[in-house]
Amino acid sequence: MTATSAPRRAPTNWTAPAMQARVAVRYRRERLFRLAGLGALCLAGLFLAFLLFTIVRTGWSGFRHSEVAVSVVFDAQALGIDPAVARGPGGVEAIRRADFNALMQRSAAAQLGPAADVVSEGAWLDLRAAVLADRGVLGQTRTLWVPVRSNIDLLAKGKFDENEAEVTRGVSNEDIADYHYLEARGLIRTDFNEIFVSAANSTDPELAGIWGAALGSLLTLLVTIGAAFPVGVLAAVWLEEFAGRSRWTDFVEVSISNLAAVPSIIFGLLGLAVFLNFFNMPRSAPIVGGLTLALMTLPVIVITARAAIRAVPGSVRDAALGIGASPFQVVVHHVLPLALPGIMTGTIIGMARALGETAPLLLIGMRAFVADAPKGLTSSATVLPVQIFLWSDDAQRGFVEKTSAAIMVLLVILLLMSSVAIYLRNRFENRA
Amino acid sequence: MTGLFPILLAVLALALLGYWIGRQRGLAMRRGLTIRIGTVHSLPVYHGLYVALTALLPAVLVLAGWAIVEERLVADRVIAAVPVDFRPVSEIDRGAFMNDVRGLANNALEAAFNPAATAVVPLYRATSEAFDLAAGVVAMTLLAVGGIWAFSRLRPDFRARSHVEKLLRWLLILASTVAILTTFGIVLSLLFESWRFFQIVPAAEFLFGTHWSPQTAIRSDQIGSSGAFGAVPLFWGTIFIGAIIAMIVAVPLGLMAAIYLTQYADARVRRVLKPMLELLAGVPTVVYGFFAALIVAPAVRDFGVWLGISNASGESALAAGLVMGIMIIPFVSSMTDDALMAVPAEMRDGSYAMGATRAETVTRVLVPAALPGITGGVLLAVSRAIGETMIVVMAAGLAAKLTINPFDSVTTVSAQIVALLTGDQEFDSAKTLSAFALGLVLFIITLLLNIYALSVVRNYREAYE
Amino acid sequence: MTEPCPKLSARNLNVFYGAKQAIKNVSIDISREHVTALIGPSGCGKSTFLRCFNRMNDTIENARVTGEIRLDGRDIHAADMDVVQLRARVGMVFQKPNPFPKSIYENVAYGPRIHGLASGRAEMDRLVEDALRRAGLWDEVRDRLADSGTTLSGGQQQRLCIARAIAVDPEVILMDEPCSALDPVATAKIEELIDDLRGRYAIVIVTHNMQQAARVSQRTAFFHMGAMIEYGETSTLFTNPVQARTKDYITGRYG
Ligand SMILES: Nc1ncnc2c1ncn2[C@@H]1O[C@H](COP(=O)(O)OP(=O)(O)OP(=O)(O)O)[C@@H](O)[C@H]1O
Ligand SMILES: [Mg+2]
Repeated sequence: MTATSAPRRAPTNWTAPAMQARVAVRYRRERLFRLAGLGALCLAGLFLAFLLFTIVRTGWSGFRHSEVAVSVVFDAQALGIDPAVARGPGGVEAIRRADFNALMQRSAAAQLGPAADVVSEGAWLDLRAAVLADRGVLGQTRTLWVPVRSNIDLLAKGKFDENEAEVTRGVSNEDIADYHYLEARGLIRTDFNEIFVSAANSTDPELAGIWGAALGSLLTLLVTIGAAFPVGVLAAVWLEEFAGRSRWTDFVEVSISNLAAVPSIIFGLLGLAVFLNFFNMPRSAPIVGGLTLALMTLPVIVITARAAIRAVPGSVRDAALGIGASPFQVVVHHVLPLALPGIMTGTIIGMARALGETAPLLLIGMRAFVADAPKGLTSSATVLPVQIFLWSDDAQRGFVEKTSAAIMVLLVILLLMSSVAIYLRNRFENRA
Repeated sequence: MTGLFPILLAVLALALLGYWIGRQRGLAMRRGLTIRIGTVHSLPVYHGLYVALTALLPAVLVLAGWAIVEERLVADRVIAAVPVDFRPVSEIDRGAFMNDVRGLANNALEAAFNPAATAVVPLYRATSEAFDLAAGVVAMTLLAVGGIWAFSRLRPDFRARSHVEKLLRWLLILASTVAILTTFGIVLSLLFESWRFFQIVPAAEFLFGTHWSPQTAIRSDQIGSSGAFGAVPLFWGTIFIGAIIAMIVAVPLGLMAAIYLTQYADARVRRVLKPMLELLAGVPTVVYGFFAALIVAPAVRDFGVWLGISNASGESALAAGLVMGIMIIPFVSSMTDDALMAVPAEMRDGSYAMGATRAETVTRVLVPAALPGITGGVLLAVSRAIGETMIVVMAAGLAAKLTINPFDSVTTVSAQIVALLTGDQEFDSAKTLSAFALGLVLFIITLLLNIYALSVVRNYREAYE
Repeated sequence: MTEPCPKLSARNLNVFYGAKQAIKNVSIDISREHVTALIGPSGCGKSTFLRCFNRMNDTIENARVTGEIRLDGRDIHAADMDVVQLRARVGMVFQKPNPFPKSIYENVAYGPRIHGLASGRAEMDRLVEDALRRAGLWDEVRDRLADSGTTLSGGQQQRLCIARAIAVDPEVILMDEPCSALDPVATAKIEELIDDLRGRYAIVIVTHNMQQAARVSQRTAFFHMGAMIEYGETSTLFTNPVQARTKDYITGRYG
């Protein structure tokens, strides 16, 4: 039908004003569309930037804390320590038994006058640490900078608006008065917060640290990688190099691809039902957390390891088989070394995911309050993301900056891990 | 259990010794011979490995099996020795009690929460030691028998390599069954606990009931002790946040981002923007949750108040959904990216050749052609969003409401699972078991979504191959 | 033409890829002194046939081999035949040079190492040098043994692969179009090398190049659609073929 109508049609007049206008509109739409695409990306970028900015802004002060100067008379008698014993083999025991808390309170009351109660409840630990580090201080007078209570710390960092009414301000008039008293006398300073990087959790924000959670994360990840890496790589080798096609391998493959899509919280339910309730393994322990995360990471490792193994050219296999290498020798001598960077990339990505994972660990009890750094795989522990969750849930104002600071630590670790993964991937791609 | 560790070390050391002996034997076979192919079947290494593995495997299997059952057996004995009045009954209590005992026994605890624990510590130690010893004797015997038998078989024509490789093959198969066991573990544990739950609460009430308040009273004579387990508000909350609000954010943004990246951006821009998206995808969900609770939720509430919505809540569906949507953008974008890339270049070129602009080509040709792939990707994104936990736990709240007001607080399946299981309650209570029923529903829905979405994506890819 | 005990012999050999039959009932004796060439149009099954002799077809999932192949009179499909040892005794050189992405030295040393043919570093050095010399590559690579095998030119890579194959001192060498990826100069070198190796190893070579078959081989087999049409002295087969199809093929009228 077009054949008949075609000759009758006048040729398109591209220069007619109507057509020109039409083209202009089309170009405008084109520009808008393009802008919309760029806008979407910018929006995502802005959000990311805003998120990071907020975290850093609220979090950087978490790495600093305020201390008050107190000069302490380390009177051995009053402490009930015999200096001779303290230097001897049982010295540590003796020092641990001594009542440094009372000494701290006495010293604070004597030195700080009305502002004596600014000192943190855990400040006496500094006194004990001083004696443990050097027995020579017994019988001497030393000026120590000890941590202050969280509210005083926040005042020093300017986190409260002092002009606000007392009820909504979050800090009492006495605290403000104490703070100004100390500040006027130059007794308070703010410096690097060594407690935050070396302590475990505490109910007092000024005494809480991430070391316990970091160690818990490390132990948990060790279990995860120790279980998931060998099993994942062996499974990938089997599927790619030995299994052939059968109903059984189909079944394995379907299982793996489905597991990869199972929400992480389901793995928490699995860990709870199987590891805790069926096998009676200890609650809150890195070994259980690690195994639970290992099951979650396994599909990631298997899938990436298979891709890496598949990328090894068949000619290498033929060459090795052709001079009489056994299939296992082919795998061990040739395929795995060539696939290793790819496998490592996948493993690191899996580990990064496991490191940031929170929900399944909540279900197996890793949200318990743990005041000490974990001592082993079976002792109670928490991990960085769970610590972040717990702190973010805490009503005390002092935990806000701790939460953000802990997030900063977590993000830096994750960033380092993914940089390594990207580096490996680039090298891998360049070579192939 | 900890006592098994030294035994394991000893077993490993002995296996190493077996390796060395076997290898020496293998070396001795070739001494003084001119070696050609076939003079000695296997390299000395394989003779060593054969002896080591034959000795090691049975011993390790016994130890592993023992490690699994030992804690239970020891716990049974220890708890049987506790006076009836102090004896822990429920699984959780038992676990806590044994944690006490274990802590005391390892000197990790200074005092137990349950005073009865202190009394049984010696019994715990003695029983553990006796059990460890028994396991050690069995393992060592197996080790010795296996090692000696294997050694006696070594000969120049003995195919040590083939035997070792056969063993290794089993190891590989074992590794690949872990995935299947995990799947079974998930399905069985969810089914089993849900089944117990449905004994207490009828499945129909759970699936179709509209009232959710799972408080089980401490004392049975309290009113309302049974709790209400109508999960529809949770299902609605999950869909509202994960499948509606989050997708309203993620789908247009992710789609446009992918279109810009594949059609407009040059290599240099891509090098900057792609890692940005990867970064967005790599941020842990707990961080998003914190951000949602700290910044987004208050802002949304203020916005709601400003709009004049009286019940705007500090924890809202909108806040959680918005942040979740942004979290999902990279996922949608990369799925769309794949789908667009799969469209044959000829189609695009055909459109350009007719004088279509890029926008026209994208909206009239590429996106329609890639639609099945994009749909599949969006479904996968939905399945991710509804399984996501931390953001909703931290920003959406725990109030089970059937509301379409995005400024109101709702709760989701995953948030409820966390809430139900992180208190200290009996493991058998309906409240705890209901978490598994919720888990089962979540598992089935995400599984079906995934299977369907993957088949859509696969069909789509094949269509253009 | 039949010797008392041929190096390799095939009887009623059939190969199937799934339902498709690639080799149809082929029987052949291959002598140890000669170079035997396999020629025939593309897709007629030469490679498939060649890969039967070291059981490389085992590595292809859907391939199935029936019939009998004997190496020195012993059935290579027998249950007690170790396929790994078989492949060491029957070496193979592939169409595309495929050195390992490892050093030149390691490429050659790999075979002796996995078969335990050298005790000690000195002996291994000697083995590697010897193999490289026999492959005519020694003078070109003696100063760069630590370089990766993939840095060599195509022709050098192929000779490296030959060195790698002869380092384990095989009895037979199978070559599947070893020159098809090489230029004429490199091809000439490989042909020379094949001539040098003749007598020490039984050599079976697949080639598409009629001149090459005529130059390097003493026996030639012509394959067509999976069947062996004609087998005999190279000079006779090229000058005076019995079968019409052979004649058509070698005179280029096939097709
Ligand atoms: N792995 C395989 N699966 C299925 N069929 C195959 C496979 N390998 C080869 N074939 C088929 O078997 C037949 C013989 O193939 P073969 O590679 O042996 O031919 P060829 O003579 O070596 O050809 P060329 O000269 O092109 O190398 C061909 O039709 C080919 O398509
Ligand atoms: Mg071929």
